[in-house]
Amino acid sequence: MLGEGILKGMAETAKNFFGSYFSAERLTTVEYPEQRVAPFEAARVFPFLVFDQENRDGGGPEWEAGMRCVACQICEKECPPKCIYIEKSKDKKLDYLGKAQYYPARFDIDISVCMSCQICVEVCPFEAIKMDTEYELSTDDRFGSLLLDREQLAKSNEYYHQIHPTEASAVDTRLAAEKVKADARAKAAAQAATAKAVAIAGEGA
Amino acid sequence: MIETCDQIFVLLQHWLVSFLPAAWQQAAGVLLSVATIVCVFPALFAVAVWLERKGLGRIQNRIGPNRVGPFGLLQPIADGIKSLTKEDIVPLSADAAVHFLAPVLLVVTVFMGFAVLPMGRNMVLVDMDAGLLFYFAMGTSSELAVFMAGWSSRNKYSLLGAMRAVAQMISYEVPLLLSSVVVVMITGSLSLTKIVEAQNHYTWGLPHWYIFTPWGFAGFLLYAISTTAETNRSPFDLPEGESELVAGYHTEYSGFKFALFFLGEYVAMFSISGLGTTLFLGGWSAPFSFLTWIPSWIWFFSKLMLSIFVFIWMRGTLPRLRQDQLMNFAWKFVLPMCLVNLMVTGLWRFMGEGWLRWVVCSAILIAAYAGLGLGEMCKQRLGPRSYRYAE
Repeated sequence: MLGEGILKGMAETAKNFFGSYFSAERLTTVEYPEQRVAPFEAARVFPFLVFDQENRDGGGPEWEAGMRCVACQICEKECPPKCIYIEKSKDKKLDYLGKAQYYPARFDIDISVCMSCQICVEVCPFEAIKMDTEYELSTDDRFGSLLLDREQLAKSNEYYHQIHPTEASAVDTRLAAEKVKADARAKAAAQAATAKAVAIAGEGA
Repeated sequence: MIETCDQIFVLLQHWLVSFLPAAWQQAAGVLLSVATIVCVFPALFAVAVWLERKGLGRIQNRIGPNRVGPFGLLQPIADGIKSLTKEDIVPLSADAAVHFLAPVLLVVTVFMGFAVLPMGRNMVLVDMDAGLLFYFAMGTSSELAVFMAGWSSRNKYSLLGAMRAVAQMISYEVPLLLSSVVVVMITGSLSLTKIVEAQNHYTWGLPHWYIFTPWGFAGFLLYAISTTAETNRSPFDLPEGESELVAGYHTEYSGFKFALFFLGEYVAMFSISGLGTTLFLGGWSAPFSFLTWIPSWIWFFSKLMLSIFVFIWMRGTLPRLRQDQLMNFAWKFVLPMCLVNLMVTGLWRFMGEGWLRWVVCSAILIAAYAGLGLGEMCKQRLGPRSYRYAE
């Protein structure tokens, strides 16, 4: 019958109208500045740079000394909107494997250009850049304040554990395994070197 | 005491006017009533906007405005201040004079309608013999304002919106008039005060409102459909269609002129709901004879707000119609139903008292509804979609 659907729809909306006064779980929104929804683990907004507190080399503040980034510039090249700018350092610092690496003398991300695609995170071989969940980034200065520098981008590994616990643990396991392997290799190399030295010494004698 | 409460505004007016010399009294009385109308309905507009935003929010399981004042009650004031402080932009190529006149004309014609609406016992500004005719003459002029706005803006969206608005308003003007003619046929008068008087008596405590007769019920539904289209409310909001036409005919209006359009739209909704109340819902009369001690103006405004609530409820429920559906509905369903209703009303008038006329009239209306509804409106012509391109 004509008009039946309209009545059905009106009944549905009336149910919503009165229901929203009686059951709070019907209300799907929260009153934002006072109430917040906890961010989902897989949420991503803009990238940040991870630093480790335990591995540090060189002077400077904690965030600068422990930064995982080695300024390989892969992310800079892969970034689709080209919002990353990196300047490589002149000198080298030891990384967590004890290997001498460059570090970024400058690392800028223009978050007004960034499109949150996470490609920089996927291409990074050093687990140095990850996605943040911080979304309250509004500012009254649209040029200066939206260009984040090294210091603003650097966040500790603990922070990474807080926002993405599963992912961060997986990363830590992988890095630890690599370190064990590297240590073993170094040991083997050292043993071989001593053996060689002994052999040379023996020959000489 | 009851009498005083009922007539409080009339007495107040007489008292205020009595301070003036006799020659000025009549003019001052009229001016005072006009000023009251011009203040009360914009105030009601603010309340209705708040109600609409809250109601739509609740219908969509949201809370609605809750920032300005308690429960967001001051939101309309904030909106008003905002629209007053905005820049008034007139497009360079616009016809400045017409562009300026359109909102003014809209508001003026919309407010003119209230002149003949009885808002309570003895509370009518001009008790015109042809009040209904005057009302429709004023209501129809607002279409001119809409087209002036769309045409003078020189913008494709404005023009498209105005074209749609005019096509829609003219199509629904016919059923609007025909659905109210039935009331005139029974009452035998075009005067709105006489129409209310005719409905203001009771049998067994129940009122003789026209909505409680078969032709009145059908007439009221047809009237409600036509008014929804006439005031461009959802689901007939094609002229504004914000998802396709930016804002329709008032795209190029900003600041206070836009606020005037917004106001005009809502006040038109009040005025047309007021007319529907007068014609079918007994105007200012109480719904039960034992409630007649409540002042008449309270009844009028409660019925008005109830209609506004139904408008909001429908807006929260129905999606927008397509242009062809809108036109088909007007010409193939609403108009034939109005004509059938006219005939049924004549039958009712000449069949005399008794239960037989109830049965016959209801049967004819239900048969017409079923026939037209199933035959024309529910037929679905589905098939492969064909495209035509310009060559």
